[in-house]
Amino acid sequence: MSRFKSKKGKGSAAINTSSLPDIIFMLLFFFMVTTVMREVTLKVKLKLPMATEVQKLAKKSLVSYIYIGPPVNSKLLGTNSRIQLNDMFATVDNIQEFVAQEREDREEADRKYITTSLKVDGMTKMGIVTDVKQELRKAGALKINYSTRKGDR
Amino acid sequence: MARRASPEINAGSMADIAFLLLIFFLVTTTMDVDSGITRRLPPPALDDVDDVPVKDRNVLKVLINSHDRLLIDGKPGNVSMLKAKVIDFMAIHHNDDSYPEFTIKYIKELGLEMEMSKGIISLKNDRGTSYEMYIAVQNELASAFHSMKDELSLRLYGLKFDQLINKDETKAINKAVPVRVSEAEPEDIGGK
Repeated sequence: MSRFKSKKGKGSAAINTSSLPDIIFMLLFFFMVTTVMREVTLKVKLKLPMATEVQKLAKKSLVSYIYIGPPVNSKLLGTNSRIQLNDMFATVDNIQEFVAQEREDREEADRKYITTSLKVDGMTKMGIVTDVKQELRKAGALKINYSTRKGDR
Repeated sequence: MARRASPEINAGSMADIAFLLLIFFLVTTTMDVDSGITRRLPPPALDDVDDVPVKDRNVLKVLINSHDRLLIDGKPGNVSMLKAKVIDFMAIHHNDDSYPEFTIKYIKELGLEMEMSKGIISLKNDRGTSYEMYIAVQNELASAFHSMKDELSLRLYGLKFDQLINKDETKAINKAVPVRVSEAEPEDIGGK
């Protein structure tokens, strides 16, 4: 009997929670650091097509993006697909300049690894995409990636 | 000195505040990795270089018109039959003139001689083709070459291509099954 008594006398000690905030803060900082805020505001609608044979783009810092799709503000700008580079609408003629700028921004050793990711809306006509591809060829940005979502159609 | 003992700040709610922030960042974080179909564009065409002549039997023409209709080797088709067609076309057929020629090539990485098809898939699209259709066709072509790589990899190493760990093996397979897709210079037939 004495065994039970002794246990009752002590009572269960409360778990020390004083380090809980520290743990949570640690997690918080992890997520704060890993969060990448989108640096461009999309001015075009993008509904990427589906594909099954996708490869991941390894180094995000070595990817430059070209967005093509119908403008978000379709009342003012119509529904024809447009090209967006950085934060602005652009035309096909701006592509070479854009590629040169993107090269300039990277370190010299990394320049040949730059991939151009084409984020193109599924409803876009190939004409504009072809024009962009021709310009990329002229600019020497030969590595491209057709951005898609993974999954069956 | 009569100093009031400063009351200790209650830190019990600190965890709650931190939790709140944590949940905010958890929700806003998008861990999406960009993925897509990677391709290499051909270097810009020089004006004074003529097109390389390729024998007709070595080319599988895939055309997409402005209404997203497919023409495979002169016959109308759809996306689902493209893969089988490509695999059949790129396979080695002895003594059959309707299939592409092949050469016997020594592949250093494999250390053995392989029969390599001279076949080329020629993909041509109209300016009016939708991007969705174009990607569907590209995907189908990629998937055809992928399964050819899988097949060879299974035969040689007993593993699927994606499961290969050794870099040299991956390289060897890539060398033995090159992705032979050529994109023709675009034409404007169907209008924008």
